Amino acid sequence: MRPARPEESGFTRPVACRLRALLGAVIVALIAIAALLGLAVPALATQQPPHGTSSQPAPPEQPGLPVSGTLRNVDGTLLAGVRVQALDASGRQVAATTSNTSGRWELTVPTEGEYTFRIDRQSLPPGVTVLQGEVVRDVAPGTLSLVVFRFGAQRAGLQTSASATVLRVLVDGIRFGLVIGITGVGLSLIFGTTGLTNFAHGELVTIGAVLAWTLNVAFGLQLIWATLLAIVAGAALGAASDLAIWRPMRRRRAGLIAQLVISIGLALALRYLVLIYFGGRSESFADYTNQVERNYGFISITDKDLATIVISLAVLLGVALLLQRTRIGKAMRAVADNRDLAASSGINVERVVLFVWMLAGALAALGGVLFGLSELGGTVQYEMGFSLLLLMFAGVILGGLGTAYGALLGCLVVGVLVQVSAQVIPVDLKYLGGLAVLIVILVIRPQGLLGSRARIG
Amino acid sequence: MIDFASLLANGIAALVGPSAIFFALLAIGLNVHFGYCGLLNFGQIGFALVGGYGMGIGVLNFGLPLWAGVLVGIVAGVVLALLLGIPTLRLRADYLAIVTIAAAEILRLITRSTSMTDFSGGTQGLTGYGGSFRQLSPFDNGRFYDFYGVRFLGQDLWAICVGWAVVSLSLILVFLLVRSPWGRVLKAIREDEDAVRALGKNVFSYKMQALVLGGVFGAVGGIVFALTTQSLTPDFYSPPQTFFAYAALIIGGAGRVFGPVIGSMIFWFVLSITDNFLRQATAGSNPLISFIDNQDVGAIRFVLVGVALAVLMAFRPQGIFGKRSEVLLDAR
Repeated sequence: MRPARPEESGFTRPVACRLRALLGAVIVALIAIAALLGLAVPALATQQPPHGTSSQPAPPEQPGLPVSGTLRNVDGTLLAGVRVQALDASGRQVAATTSNTSGRWELTVPTEGEYTFRIDRQSLPPGVTVLQGEVVRDVAPGTLSLVVFRFGAQRAGLQTSASATVLRVLVDGIRFGLVIGITGVGLSLIFGTTGLTNFAHGELVTIGAVLAWTLNVAFGLQLIWATLLAIVAGAALGAASDLAIWRPMRRRRAGLIAQLVISIGLALALRYLVLIYFGGRSESFADYTNQVERNYGFISITDKDLATIVISLAVLLGVALLLQRTRIGKAMRAVADNRDLAASSGINVERVVLFVWMLAGALAALGGVLFGLSELGGTVQYEMGFSLLLLMFAGVILGGLGTAYGALLGCLVVGVLVQVSAQVIPVDLKYLGGLAVLIVILVIRPQGLLGSRARIG
Repeated sequence: MIDFASLLANGIAALVGPSAIFFALLAIGLNVHFGYCGLLNFGQIGFALVGGYGMGIGVLNFGLPLWAGVLVGIVAGVVLALLLGIPTLRLRADYLAIVTIAAAEILRLITRSTSMTDFSGGTQGLTGYGGSFRQLSPFDNGRFYDFYGVRFLGQDLWAICVGWAVVSLSLILVFLLVRSPWGRVLKAIREDEDAVRALGKNVFSYKMQALVLGGVFGAVGGIVFALTTQSLTPDFYSPPQTFFAYAALIIGGAGRVFGPVIGSMIFWFVLSITDNFLRQATAGSNPLISFIDNQDVGAIRFVLVGVALAVLMAFRPQGIFGKRSEVLLDAR
């Protein structure tokens, strides 16, 4: 443990505090100005940037452009024999077709341009209601034109029931926060016991998910068994990386910054090895792909999301019990608290660290599967770990770097924050709120919610 | 068969090419941060982004002349450094690392967001801001200039000349600064922050100045590169680019004035030759190396850089020319 340093010499404490508050206010003001500029400027923009001039050669003359889709009712059943019409800009019908037994329809429109696609409500099977039966699409050559119609009655959440929306966002946020927490606890424990800021932790997450995907899709193993095997492999990977890299580094007394840079190099190499093996596209798990939401009265949720919450809670409870009740768990907390004192009271520190790495690897693998299953719509991609890593850091720092319970709390807050902010800001900026909290917490309370002052300076 | 002449020609072109210039400037900035002051900035690419985009947005959206756009880019780099430094510079080194990498990613996500398309061009990026830069070119922009088999298009040659001029000026500036009392305080902070504080120096202020200076070098790098390529695409500014710059810095030797430039040149020379070799060796119907797919060559570059970064840091953190005692290895 590093000794606590007297901070901000040269300032008396109240001055330092006031200064910090002032700086915080300045930052908030700057962010606000930037946001205003961002909103105001597009309106002032005198010159628009040129957009996608189609430099690609147009495909050879075609008789028409195909447009297709699949009709799926809200309960997942496929709708056959439903008429779909395509109307051009003047409202004239240019094409029509009927969906086949697997709900699929396909028609061709004569030229590129804007078309309205409409479902003929008379042809619907009885009892099926349409939520969105008219879709306007710009059909262009060279792209796959898919049209999706939505069925079913208006959802409760859409019917402006504010409390239902709040509850839904909250549950979504807790689910996401728990997934971040499962991976973040390992990251925080590694930091607590060894001092290493492990930038390669995201890759443990990716590798776990990719392994489970391989077993699930290529070997046809049911996803639950595939995940269990991936967890075992994740633990092995964690142990291997400690034994092969980090233990020798500690033995050579390598500095923490050297170790941090090494973990970054490792992360880069591993991420692109995964890319070579896995490819750059999102791939879907074989199981639990098409799930519909079940209504539990106060909340409707898909089975896999519910399972994600239950599994995460159970696992995190298990980790908490491990830390509180077992010998190894107590030893882990002791090492995290004061390494030298732990060593001198007879704890085999290296063995504890090895166990921490195994635990972190296993949790990361499980977190990877749950992250893909619940947040990425049942898919796996090679960069998923890195995008999660930054949120993990946000959560772990928010809670207090090096603490286990703080990490959990921080990750929950970040998860909820991400989902809440997605209600207000564009979806492709969803993770922004989680990352912004990272900067804000460092201004206000750098040791995190549950961290101790001595760690940070 | 492998065409070694073209390998070498491409390698030499990469040695002095736009990428080497860009990463030399990023690494000069990182050298001020990491090499001299011990600050772990892992978001250097974010400084390049605000530099390039500051210029592009200034010219395109506000109708500024190019020189004013360049100024906007530099000021954007200063502002980013201040924003990142205020919360983190009092904390331990790895906090700055995490915050900078997160900030760079935030900036990339914002510029590529579809909601910002009218402002920053979204995923399409920006073009058409640097026409007046090309008009200044004394070379025939459309012509190829041949130097013993190494060929450059006139417009690139102009950008390369300007780029190396900027690199030289930056090196002179860094050389003068690190020999000054200011530079010695910086090195002292790297070695022992508490001792410097005990001598009555305002460590926070010195760190902030170093962060701003290095950030400005990053922003200038972004500006030069954006003028070279004449286009800004958000996904170019992704986190691995910072790690490339670190690899270049560590190869050349952190804490040495010429380290980042030599490192960047070696880095791109080696990378270009391995890249081209692998492309040639895996192409065709009967490739020399059959176990690597031709499409994967681009990814192998990242794997190699990652492994090189880890191995260098573990076994030779001072790089080729550095002094081991001058490399910051431990967090405080």
